[in-house]
Amino acid sequence: MESVLFYLFSAVLVGSAVAVVTVRNPVFAVLFLVLAFFTTAAIWLLLEAEFLALVLILVYVGAVMVLFLFVVMMLDINLVPLREGFIRFLPVAILVAIVAFAEIAVVLGPQHFGLEQIPSPVAHAADYSNTKELGRILYTSYAYPFEIAALILLVAIIAAISLTLRRRPDTKYQNPAVQVEVKRNDRVRMVKMAAEKKVSHREGASS
Amino acid sequence: MIALSDCLLLGAVLFCISLAGIFINRKNIIILLMAIELMLLAVNINFVAFSHFNGDATGQLFVFFVLTVAAAEAAIGLAILILLFRNRHTINVAHLDTLKG
Repeated sequence: MESVLFYLFSAVLVGSAVAVVTVRNPVFAVLFLVLAFFTTAAIWLLLEAEFLALVLILVYVGAVMVLFLFVVMMLDINLVPLREGFIRFLPVAILVAIVAFAEIAVVLGPQHFGLEQIPSPVAHAADYSNTKELGRILYTSYAYPFEIAALILLVAIIAAISLTLRRRPDTKYQNPAVQVEVKRNDRVRMVKMAAEKKVSHREGASS
Repeated sequence: MIALSDCLLLGAVLFCISLAGIFINRKNIIILLMAIELMLLAVNINFVAFSHFNGDATGQLFVFFVLTVAAAEAAIGLAILILLFRNRHTINVAHLDTLKG
């Protein structure tokens, strides 16, 4: 049962990955990449990595791929020149992919990493918590890399914002410092003038 | 039962597909970024598979860090992409030759 599910998900994953790199419209490519991430999350659930499977869906599909989708839809791209060289490089690409896969398969194939060499591990007990186990390691042995990861995210935020921030001179905005500093004399001008004579309403309308 | 080699070969297939994708989509920066995401995904599958079969959760922790770095990379890459499009009105890699490299 498990292996049937695994092969099913693998087929979907490989198919969607092929679609990502071959489909014509970038929006469809992003959507196929979302499908690939979902399928990978399912495979990770089969491999008892529950926390990472959920993080993949929440963070990757929920944040990164939505960011991709925003960018793809925001840019007005002329697709025709971007496709040039597609047919010309297709044979080379397939050749390189097949050779690379053959080399990897020779090293990582079933003859070295099959079930005989590395047996399937015993399933965890029902009260085993993958999240708890990861948290225990993360906050003890790997606390320092964890903080560095947080710093990397901070750097990414600052870099992305400062790259795309654009100041428009014609935009109206408030300057709170000036607002706080303002004195009474800047706003109110006392004017002394003689009182005007009262004019009756009808007289004013007729003239 | 799932063998470790199945997971490793799945990762290898994914990696090779994204490698071919970089070859055939070498003009389109968006697809290039997505192919890089697929490559990182293939590596993560390997990490999770080894972690599962060795009974060591440290491998999953490394996936955590890879996801962090990949998210940062995607954010900065897309920011640069928007900046490029704003200034040059194209995302064709062939036209990005102002550095004369």
